[in-house]
Amino acid sequence: MADSLTALVEQALADVNSSASLAALDEVRVRLLGKKGLLTEQLKGLGRLNAAERPAAGQRINDAKTSLQAALEMHRIRLEQAALEKDLSIGVLDVTLPGRGQESGSVHPVTRTRLRIERIFAQAGFQVVSGPEVEDDFHNFEALNIPKNHPARAMHDTFYFPDGRLLRTHTSPVQIRAMRAQRPPLSVIAPGRVYRCDSDMTHTPMFHQIEGLAVGESISFANLKAMLHTFVERFFEQPLGMRLRPSYFPFTEPSAEVDIECVFCHGTGCRVCKQTGWLEILGCGMIHPNVLGAAGIDSEQWQGYAFGMGIERLAMLRYGVDDLRLFFDNDLQFLKQFP
Amino acid sequence: MKVTYSWLKEYVPLAAPAELAKQLTLAGLEVESITPVAPPFAGVVVGEVRESGRHPDAEKLSVCQVTTDGSNRLQIICGASNVRAGLKVAVAVVGAHLPQGVTIKRAKLRGLESNGMLCSARELGLGDEHDGIMELADSLPLNQDLRVALELDDAMLEVNATPNRGDCMSVFGIARDYAAAQERRYLTARVDPVAARGVWEPGTAAFPVTLDAPAACPIFASRVIRGVKAGAASPAWLRERLRRVGIHSISPIVDVTNYVMMDLGQPMHAYDLAKVEQGIRVRMAEPQERITLLDDKEYELNPDVLVIADARGAIGAAGVMGGRRTAISDATRDVILEAAHFAPDAIAGRARRLGLFTDAAQRFERGVDPTLPALAIERATALLVEIVGGEPAPVQVTRAAAGGATGVAEWVRLRRSRLSRLLGVSVPDDEVHAVLCAVSDRVETTSDGWRVQRPPHRFDIRIEEDLVEEVARLRGFDRIAESHANAPQVAGESTESRVTNDRLLTAMADRGYREVITYSFVDPTLQQQLFPECQSLRLANPISLDLSAMRVSLWIGLVQACRENLRRQQTRVRLFEIGKKFRVNGPLPGGDLQEIETLAGIATGARCPEQWGVAREALDFYDVKADVQSVLALTGDASSVRFDAETLSCLRPGRAARIYRGATPVGWLGELHPQVAKAINLSNSAFLFELEINSAFDSKPLQFNKISKFPSVRRDLAIVVDESVPLAVLRENVTVSASGLLSELRVFDVYRGPGVESGRKSIALGLILQDSSRTLADVDADAVVTAVVARLRDVLSATIRDQ
Repeated sequence: MADSLTALVEQALADVNSSASLAALDEVRVRLLGKKGLLTEQLKGLGRLNAAERPAAGQRINDAKTSLQAALEMHRIRLEQAALEKDLSIGVLDVTLPGRGQESGSVHPVTRTRLRIERIFAQAGFQVVSGPEVEDDFHNFEALNIPKNHPARAMHDTFYFPDGRLLRTHTSPVQIRAMRAQRPPLSVIAPGRVYRCDSDMTHTPMFHQIEGLAVGESISFANLKAMLHTFVERFFEQPLGMRLRPSYFPFTEPSAEVDIECVFCHGTGCRVCKQTGWLEILGCGMIHPNVLGAAGIDSEQWQGYAFGMGIERLAMLRYGVDDLRLFFDNDLQFLKQFP
Repeated sequence: MKVTYSWLKEYVPLAAPAELAKQLTLAGLEVESITPVAPPFAGVVVGEVRESGRHPDAEKLSVCQVTTDGSNRLQIICGASNVRAGLKVAVAVVGAHLPQGVTIKRAKLRGLESNGMLCSARELGLGDEHDGIMELADSLPLNQDLRVALELDDAMLEVNATPNRGDCMSVFGIARDYAAAQERRYLTARVDPVAARGVWEPGTAAFPVTLDAPAACPIFASRVIRGVKAGAASPAWLRERLRRVGIHSISPIVDVTNYVMMDLGQPMHAYDLAKVEQGIRVRMAEPQERITLLDDKEYELNPDVLVIADARGAIGAAGVMGGRRTAISDATRDVILEAAHFAPDAIAGRARRLGLFTDAAQRFERGVDPTLPALAIERATALLVEIVGGEPAPVQVTRAAAGGATGVAEWVRLRRSRLSRLLGVSVPDDEVHAVLCAVSDRVETTSDGWRVQRPPHRFDIRIEEDLVEEVARLRGFDRIAESHANAPQVAGESTESRVTNDRLLTAMADRGYREVITYSFVDPTLQQQLFPECQSLRLANPISLDLSAMRVSLWIGLVQACRENLRRQQTRVRLFEIGKKFRVNGPLPGGDLQEIETLAGIATGARCPEQWGVAREALDFYDVKADVQSVLALTGDASSVRFDAETLSCLRPGRAARIYRGATPVGWLGELHPQVAKAINLSNSAFLFELEINSAFDSKPLQFNKISKFPSVRRDLAIVVDESVPLAVLRENVTVSASGLLSELRVFDVYRGPGVESGRKSIALGLILQDSSRTLADVDADAVVTAVVARLRDVLSATIRDQ
């Protein structure tokens, strides 16, 4: 009987290990360990043995059963592994093929630049406001201390409508509107389209500006310098030298042009900065009392600064765009470069 | 304005040119360029031609004997036709280095030795003249280095004076500002008077001058000079000085008036006394008065133009340009010099209106020092007499009886507290005082600061802030330390009552659209083709016709941008723009104008970018509708959005929808009308949408809806209805009959063809049913289906298609 069990186990192990599929393996399991399986029959046969033999025989059968169960489990794992490997081997993809579906669009670099400027100032507490693009003479000129025949009007090549209205030549009229709408203290920026009757290599008849304005009881020129310097360093994400040059705008006094250290050559002189090491980026100053007056604000109590910058200019410097007109050509090959 | 270093230096000690440029720029006089007057060269000296004869073997060459020190003799072969014995010349001696790397060597020309070169202006980089060699003034000493003799170690500065600084539109004016900035010195111009000569009987000396427009012209200085030499030429130094500041030499008299203008800033004019009829009268132009100016063009003058007139009429547009009739000529023997003060208001804008841009107008409209006319007359007289001789009459300064506003210069205060509050720094009193004393010669201290009398040349100093600027500017803006404002902390805002433009930008970009920025003014013809029913606001002075009408829709620009990109070999274009359209209500001009902020887009080409594994299919209406719906869904109120079939002339009939939120129309969606597409040369079909931002993207704070814990049940139905039944109607009826259990209705197929009668369509609906309080049983779902089917049959004659 011991021999027959040994033979049976040997045969069973061979059957287990030669099973080619999980189904075949299960058949072997049933044949050996099922209700009517060979080993089950052996266990049932124990009863026919005498009591002395029974424990040892029982032990042998159980050992055989254990080893067979282990063999079955091992082979099952082997088969599953093999099946998985086979499955994996046929599911290999070319991961370098492009993904499927739609592609993303893009936001125009001028808008992108505007949003960055807005965010930088918004974090400093400036509120974003807007005004009309078709303006009247009062808001675009008179209220900004630019009376008729003022030489400064010659600098603004203005588009007019037959009824005397005009396309705003700068975002400065929003200063007046903002100051009339809100009482001081206030800090606002006003981005938008502006228009000048000028078109050549470096001018487009429409472009974008951002106007900034802060009015308080002691908002000073020193504050203006600090705000602008922080702004340019945040915008270009690097420490930059800055200088203010006295200049003239009818709506500010004192007035200044702001130069920053050239972001391309860092002040050593290059083609972009015309070898000066400086780039002119914006105009600013302390709001002229006449302008505060036109907005109904008492200039003895309140004072403040204003600044205005061209968004395209900043975008060109930031992204190295060397031709202003590209912004309005709307060429997909250009737009795609600003995801 | 151009000035030269050497000229400026006559008034004030200067730093080296590069440093000077920086100093001027940082004090508000931007130096746009510094250019050396002459390129570097060495070894060129003043010489004299002693003999000149023809070269035996070359007709066009001369053999010259030249001395450079009075005793030596250099044989130099020269090809210029103007070479002659006795001429002072620029001699490049052997070993001289000329511009562009030329070195002069001993050479043989046609067999004869040449020991150097006689130079033309062009060879030395001093101008374009190449007709002959330079003819130097007789007075120049032999052997002097030409750079010294002609002051060639000089630089030309292009200075950009801002419009408020008329006082800096002269060499003296710039020097005065420089002295104030660098030395805290108030510079005054000194001019020696020239006494009258000859016999001047009363009545001839005093050439009658009448000032009829005292506010516009309160001061008129004039002087008659009799018997000037006809046909004289300006001396070389004068011509060269003018050349270096960009003024052509014309005649001694004109050159002198220009010189004085550049030097002191006072524009002048000279009349031929013989051509002036009786006296001079300064008055406003008469209606339709005509005059031919020095540019030989005839102008009709508005009555607000100030003129200089004689008995016959206008002889000059005051402060702009003189007239032809009384102009100086070679035959002029007697001259009237004019140096007047014209008020800025009386001149501003007049030249521009006449289409003129003159040095005089540029200065007068910014303001010229009213104390200058008398000085200018004296300086001009001295120069003229030296150059062309003549007998000057006494200077005659005519003042308007009313005096104008020039008589008394006003006082301007500067409070210490105001200065420090505006600048944000405190400036020591002695520094402020020193700056103010450099700006004006009349400064007084007061209990709270100072008061300063406006100097007559400073038209820009009127109020306290102007003095604040002077203090800041002349000390240097760099000396104001940056400091951050102590602003009160105020919470900002972040609205949910509208979908923000930032969000719309992101959403459109994420759906594959590229943002463009197109001009707000468009081609009226193209606009007319798209929107024949809209009137548009037209510019009075457009830059060109195709940019002359304010856009009534963003589609005009988008269609053009799309077309351009297709021309650039793109096949799939999706563009959007956010901007204003301009709608006019009511008759033009003066009609009520609305600026409506709009989101608009265009799409054409394939549904998907070309790729593997996806069939190439053309984009259709529903692709773009999905994009529109997705942005409208950002309001959180998608159920308020409705697309109604309506017509718009530029959209293809049957493929156009007006978009509503509730009852409010907010935009359009549709396919570009094929006829319009053809008319504008757009070869592909294109889909357009437009949403008015203020009405389309209103939003309310979102409200959370409880999520049902109970599973949903789905029932699918294929409903056959007439073609004319839109889904919206089907949806309405399904919703009504589903008695509140319908949580979602999906459309998963629309079918026409075999199995469905023609004129009918089958729409496959997925009804997702769910209750918030219990699990739905099959009977509940079946009851809903039965009710739905019954209603659709009754209301829409719908049938159920066999699954």
